[in-house]
Amino acid sequence: MSLLWPILLTPAGVGALLALLGPRTGRTAPAVAVLTTAATLGLVAGAGTQQRTSVPFLLGAPFELGLDGLSSALAVTVCVVTLCVLAAVPGQVPERRGRLCGWLLLFLFAVLLTLTARSLLPLLVGWELMGAASYLLIAHDVADPHAARSATTALLTTRALDLGLYLAAGAALAGGGTLALDGLSALPAGWRDAAALGIVAAALGKAAQLPVSFWLSRAMDGPSPVSALLHSAAMVAMGGYLLLRTAPLLTATGWADDAVAWTGATTAVLLGIVALAQRDLKQLLAASTASQLGFVVLAAGLSAREAGAAQLVAHASVKSLLFLVAGLWLHELGTRDLGALRGAALRTPAVGVLAVVGLASLAGLPPLALWGTKDAVLDAALQHSVPLYAAGLLAAVLSAAYAGRVLVLVLAVDRQPDRAPVSPRVRVPTTSWVPLLPLAAGAALLVALAVGRPAELFGELVGREPVQTSAAGLGLAALLAVAVLALMRSQGEALAARLSGAPLHWLHLEPAVRAIAVRPVLQLSRALATFDDSVLDRAVESAAAGTVRAATAARRLDERDLDGGVRAIASLTQRLGALARRLQTGQVHHYYGQAAALLVAATVLLLLVR
Amino acid sequence: MLDLLVFLPVLVAVALLAVPGLSDQVSRIVLVAVTGVELAVSLGLWLAYEPRPGVTGDIAYERELQWIPTVDSGYHVGVDGLSLPMLLLTTGLFFCCALYAWREQLRPRIFAALLLFLETACLGVFASLDLILFFVFFDLSIVGMYFVIAGWGHGQAARSALKFFLYTFFGSLAMLVGFLALFAGSAPHTFDMVALAQNPPLQGRPVAGGFALLALGIGLAIKTPTVPFHTWLPPAHTDAPAVGSAVLAGVLLKMGTYGFVRIAMPMLPDAWRTWAVVAVVVGAVGVLYGALVALAQTDLKRMIAYTSVAHMGYVLLAVGAAGMLGGSDAEARTVAVSGAVTQMVSHGLVTGALFLLAGVLQDRAASYDLDAYGGLATTAPRFAGLFGLAAFASLALPGLSGFVAEFQVLAGSLGSAPVGVVVALLGLLVTAALFLVAMNRLLLGPPGRLTGKVRDLRPSELAAVVPLLSLSLFIGVLPRPLLDVIEPSARAVVDLVSR
Repeated sequence: MSLLWPILLTPAGVGALLALLGPRTGRTAPAVAVLTTAATLGLVAGAGTQQRTSVPFLLGAPFELGLDGLSSALAVTVCVVTLCVLAAVPGQVPERRGRLCGWLLLFLFAVLLTLTARSLLPLLVGWELMGAASYLLIAHDVADPHAARSATTALLTTRALDLGLYLAAGAALAGGGTLALDGLSALPAGWRDAAALGIVAAALGKAAQLPVSFWLSRAMDGPSPVSALLHSAAMVAMGGYLLLRTAPLLTATGWADDAVAWTGATTAVLLGIVALAQRDLKQLLAASTASQLGFVVLAAGLSAREAGAAQLVAHASVKSLLFLVAGLWLHELGTRDLGALRGAALRTPAVGVLAVVGLASLAGLPPLALWGTKDAVLDAALQHSVPLYAAGLLAAVLSAAYAGRVLVLVLAVDRQPDRAPVSPRVRVPTTSWVPLLPLAAGAALLVALAVGRPAELFGELVGREPVQTSAAGLGLAALLAVAVLALMRSQGEALAARLSGAPLHWLHLEPAVRAIAVRPVLQLSRALATFDDSVLDRAVESAAAGTVRAATAARRLDERDLDGGVRAIASLTQRLGALARRLQTGQVHHYYGQAAALLVAATVLLLLVR
Repeated sequence: MLDLLVFLPVLVAVALLAVPGLSDQVSRIVLVAVTGVELAVSLGLWLAYEPRPGVTGDIAYERELQWIPTVDSGYHVGVDGLSLPMLLLTTGLFFCCALYAWREQLRPRIFAALLLFLETACLGVFASLDLILFFVFFDLSIVGMYFVIAGWGHGQAARSALKFFLYTFFGSLAMLVGFLALFAGSAPHTFDMVALAQNPPLQGRPVAGGFALLALGIGLAIKTPTVPFHTWLPPAHTDAPAVGSAVLAGVLLKMGTYGFVRIAMPMLPDAWRTWAVVAVVVGAVGVLYGALVALAQTDLKRMIAYTSVAHMGYVLLAVGAAGMLGGSDAEARTVAVSGAVTQMVSHGLVTGALFLLAGVLQDRAASYDLDAYGGLATTAPRFAGLFGLAAFASLALPGLSGFVAEFQVLAGSLGSAPVGVVVALLGLLVTAALFLVAMNRLLLGPPGRLTGKVRDLRPSELAAVVPLLSLSLFIGVLPRPLLDVIEPSARAVVDLVSR
């Protein structure tokens, strides 16, 4: 039996059990979940990159799974991040931990299914299960109606675009009869375009690219550990992964690759500006996620699978670290407002060090992870088109700006006149921040994915070529990052304050979608409900009433006209009878007279007729 | 065994009424026991069944007796890949309803007899291989359901029951006209379904065939129901008891869609191909229209009723697409028909469970008003968990039966009817929206006006709902056992339509 089944069934089985038992699992749930994830990680690492299996599922659509280099690299990443997140749950989430850990494991299962899917069918299954799990995870606090609404917005937005995968599957079935992912680029032209359109839509939706990035903002109403997994390493990352995986299909269409590259570049720039404008740490991180995923999407559009995968892995580490830091600060300091987090790194020194590593990496400072991987994407862009490179460079500057702004803020020292710190230090329990250490190590050391021998090895693992960076590019990126950071030290808040319009409100994307799509649908639905009741049903009811009226009319016809006619004939007959009776007097002379009159009348008649 | 399966319930029903002085408790036990035996027998039939094409012969458990030889109508029953899933769905759903009815306090003995009578009528429809026999069972099911709604319903039960009866009875008369046309057009004249499918009547006579299909189509469309013949469904569901709603949605609606694949498509292939586009339009519009109208409802049962209209739309879309030969191969059309039959099973399980859960709210707080509840996830976690699972199954989440059905319908129909599929995809999205909104209103957020009254599920209710959803999960994860049975017959239907 292929190792793929234990890899998938371990988190699925334990996760379902934990979610089902919920409160009864008590304090053991996080520990059980951590062990399960560790076992899954061991299985993934031990499975190698040659696994493949297929079981019959639907007619012409078997359940095809496989593990190659790209899947394996990302599966390891997701397992490691899940491990850290689960270990951090006890330090941040006070309630319903059993359910949370169970759903996180089920979510891990969905992600691993997505990563190991070799055809559209298992992909769709994993893809939609991720969405459903994200709804349940964001709505973790069941008593909070706001979280429930946000979960709905997030799921509906992504599902609207997920329907593209149904379209792609239908097109693949109609066009060639096979749903295998690597066979899609061989479809006949029309069906191939439909398949590409569907896949691109689904992937851009999950990756929170424009114009639907707003769902990621709403998703921030969930617990921070959830964001640390879903909105850094897993769900959004799967959008990027799918595009990297299907890059040959995008190239084959002749339009999808350019469309994807430009969507990625545009999102990287615009959401970078949005991130700069935010006043809430999680909102800033969310906008940054969409922007950083923009680099991956850009790489997919350029068929630079190796650079995109490196960026995906490095970003997963950095962003899950920062979301967990934000969660710790929310739990220990009670706020995620950036103004209130002034000096937070100094108030919580251990967490502060981790935060600084993550933010510096996000800013693109050398020699940290995102400095290298982002440059690898830029290098690929430069080889393809100068405008795309320019957009990417601008996005890199913006990420230095927003990350630098937070870095300056959390390291700020405010002292009262007597030189005592304004806010006291807060002791964060060691068990709360130790789980973040592997992520911080990744945020720093994963720069190796983009330089030197490890970059060659990683490139061969996930694709064909080494991940490439140039000394000039790396130097320019480092120079820009340092310069921007220096600028932000003095101008950061002023710059952010000037962006209080559309960028602060995520470009007003959600209200726009509500106005264009949601409100008309709701109005239409109410109008149709009224139509259903007062036209369709009324028609049926009036048909019934008409039948009753027709019956009444028939009764009238029957009783008054038909029966009346019969009765009229009867009474006429009766009257004639009464008249006839008057002849019967019983007196002989009357009878003689009648006989004589009859005789005369008969004689006259006879004479006349003759 | 098939005869026993069909007639055992009605025999016990007669005994229940005839034996004087039976206690209520005994009649409850008898109801559960007999429906349990029925389930076991149908499971035995399932396990012993060898997958085969069926429809035109090669029927399992076949029996033929003379009945009205002058019009060549007989007692002819049998089972193939279209009817076997329906038989198992029927016995399974009736067993779960019997468990749910354990706490029925109103005239339990008569209720048990009525349910058993209804079970015979439903099984008879799916086992029939003769049009007159089919018609008789079809009408008996309407009669049985009328008494269930009128006698054990609430609200305007009498009015809703009457509307249900008259509307669907009108439909069955239209269907009878279609049957007579099939009889008149066949040579030699016969009502035998196998003979009619083997040697389809009215081939090459487009006008007569078209009118026969029109009469059949209207009759089946009313029963299914499809837009615009669905308006009897919401009041019937709203005022029916939970068990009645579950049987109505789970089994009775399937008689309409079953008629399309069993009668209309194989017996009028010419006419079906000519008018398939009508089925596609009605189906696609039904999916979107049903979902949109459901989205606007504030009454839980009305909402579920309208989602039934949407779910039956997928069936119509698939059977229509299977009649449009351009643009797709037989393989894709087989997937579509297989999806249609899977959808009948899936909808029966999932919507049956949803109606039983809605009945819990009526039982506790006598209201289906979505806005009167809230926060049930905290106060009634078992109810919330099962309702959530059923809702996700209904919105076609992978891993549950709805996905297996709707994926097949959509993927299989895209080649023949791309516009219809795109419209149906929009309906799929609206369905997701309406169930998420309903979950938010019922289960999440702060407690509502009636939340305090909702005690969590009792064991009998749990025992009724859990098997239905477990089966939905089973089909969603391991669809092969079901599809191995359905696919040969779906392929046979596709081949017959392509003649």
